[in-house]
Amino acid sequence: MRILVCISNVPDTTTKIKFTDSDSKLDDANIQWVINPWDELALSRAVELKEDAGSPVSEVEVITVGLAHTEPTLRKCLAIGADKAVRIDMEPLDAYQTAAQLDAYIKNEDFGFLVCGIESGDYNEAAVGGMLAERLDFVSVSSVSSIRFEGDTPIFQRDVANGKEELKVNGTAVLIVQKGFARVPKIPNMRGIMTARSKPLQIIKAVSKSPLVEFKTYNTPPARESVKMVDNSKELVERLSQEAKVI
Amino acid sequence: MSILVYIRNIGGKIKKQSLELTSYANAMSQSTGIPVVGVVIGEIENSVLSELGKYGMSKVLKAGDAQFNNRVNRVYTRIVEQAALKLDAKYVLFPDNNQGKAIAPRLSVRLRAGFVPQVLDLPSSYEPLVVVKRAFTGKALATVEVKTERKIMSPMLNSFGLSESPAEIVIEDFTPDIDEPQSRLEIVDKKLDNDAVSLADAEIVVSGGRGLKSAENFNLLEKLSDTLGGAVACSRPVADDGWRPADEHVGQTGKVIAPNIYFAIGISGAIQHVAGVSGSKCIVAINADPEAPIFDVADYGMVGDALTIVPELNEAFKNHLSEK
Ligand SMILES: Cc1cc2nc3c(=O)[nH]c(=O)nc-3n(C[C@H](O)[C@H](O)[C@H](O)COP(=O)(O)OP(=O)(O)OC[C@H]3O[C@@H](n4cnc5c(N)ncnc54)[C@H](O)[C@@H]3O)c2cc1C
Ligand SMILES: Nc1ncnc2c1ncn2[C@@H]1O[C@H](COP(=O)(O)O)[C@@H](O)[C@H]1O
Repeated sequence: MRILVCISNVPDTTTKIKFTDSDSKLDDANIQWVINPWDELALSRAVELKEDAGSPVSEVEVITVGLAHTEPTLRKCLAIGADKAVRIDMEPLDAYQTAAQLDAYIKNEDFGFLVCGIESGDYNEAAVGGMLAERLDFVSVSSVSSIRFEGDTPIFQRDVANGKEELKVNGTAVLIVQKGFARVPKIPNMRGIMTARSKPLQIIKAVSKSPLVEFKTYNTPPARESVKMVDNSKELVERLSQEAKVI
Repeated sequence: MSILVYIRNIGGKIKKQSLELTSYANAMSQSTGIPVVGVVIGEIENSVLSELGKYGMSKVLKAGDAQFNNRVNRVYTRIVEQAALKLDAKYVLFPDNNQGKAIAPRLSVRLRAGFVPQVLDLPSSYEPLVVVKRAFTGKALATVEVKTERKIMSPMLNSFGLSESPAEIVIEDFTPDIDEPQSRLEIVDKKLDNDAVSLADAEIVVSGGRGLKSAENFNLLEKLSDTLGGAVACSRPVADDGWRPADEHVGQTGKVIAPNIYFAIGISGAIQHVAGVSGSKCIVAINADPEAPIFDVADYGMVGDALTIVPELNEAFKNHLSEK
């Protein structure tokens, strides 16, 4: 079974964010790019499944929609253990456009299931996975926290409002994952880094598709008011109730 | 034309988030003159739904057939789509939670309607529709314009509060035309705990870090959380060390939550932790170190030993709640 992990290339959480061109664009001069943390966990689990002799997963592929600056991120995915990377050559303007590009590639391929992270660390849309599933008319399973196999059939566990459910999907599913799917990201080892150089990284032309929303400007959020220190528990309760009115 | 609100049915009940979302829709209605309507899926009593009238909703379509009780994202999307077309929805609003995240993007594709999640405020303009959303894990705000005729938004909960505006409400049975209700998804096992408040939905979250010193000490947080009807969360090292289950970990690589009150107890406030909780309405930090970075993002702070403060705080809340 081949599985596909969708990878978003994002600024590291600790990087300071600045904007240029009248605040309409991210200033990418000093950005440290990383694999979106949720996607990194998804990939780590996918590679573990492949390495587990008892699971039917035989091949892990990663894909990103992005320009050439995303390639180091894809190489890192290969070093972690993906077998093949695909880059669709465009800078997506919204989640809809991203999903359309992914759809154009995936619809001609055969995957056991697809995995997306819950949200990307840049636009924070939590949208690409659902949009992709609808375009492909696949089942989407969100809040997936783990996966196991009965023979060749994957059993997915998802978090629901008041507990957990296990389910099977007839056909291909798009999994939308968060923490729990893998506990910690897999760190590439030396061998992984060496072999990553010779693994395939395929570049595909984008299809033409307009975005539905336009990101016009960015600004930094207003500074939070500075913290109000309180001396004892009674005072804290009173202020939460009377001043902040949250209890 | 209408502003359609997705009302989340939790086993026959609705939560405050639906009332809040209705209040938000009603504020949009006051600027645009377009009425607020709702759609709800699965079995639920009309008397429960009539509460929505208090917040300005004039009509609810209820797809109340028991076959729809289990959420199948693909099917729920088609039900909301049919409701949106029937009521000619110009705006469709979802809560920014797991259900909204699961259905809204699918609906966006079906209706070819631009979708803006994590909306932080009322629109600053309606023609064209311009809203501000969260971006870069809370480190920036993005101003976004929606280009399509129909528009979908998920406002962040807890940002708006409730505002009453009584309206006459009509509840209409709705029979959507669905070809394969249970479709391709089969539930093989369920572990439900109907009393537990899920972390994603909790209005109050009591969260602990390494400063709690041991797994056992988390029972102090559980007691406080029980008093407040909240849920317990933790920092990543706490989950990694097995003091708490992995699904309680919040932050960049854990859950992203936005409760009304977030208690960060014995948590240093690393940027990766804050990325998961910065949407909270009020952050309360309790830490032994007055220089801990958590105080830079907290609204209220107390310096001291969590192991003595938390039990005192629990008593203080108990007294407060019994006086109410
Ligand atoms: C890529 C990456 C992703 C990450 N993702 C996450 C994430 O999603 N979530 C997350 O939480 N972390 C994440 N981390 C880890 C993060 O950087 C911090 O290491 C972690 O949040 C620290 O946890 P902590 O605050 O519980 O522990 P510590 O940093 O050890 O802090 C303990 C705090 O408790 C205080 N304390 C000690 N004793 C007491 C006492 N008796 N009473 C009160 N206070 C006391 C101390 O002053 C200190 O501030 C990530 C790190 C990386 C590199
Ligand atoms: N440019 C992209 N290329 C490939 N996958 C993406 C891209 N952007 C987002 N995704 C996937 O969609 C998930 C959700 O992203 P978003 O909807 O942008 O919050 C991410 O965790 C990725 O798995």
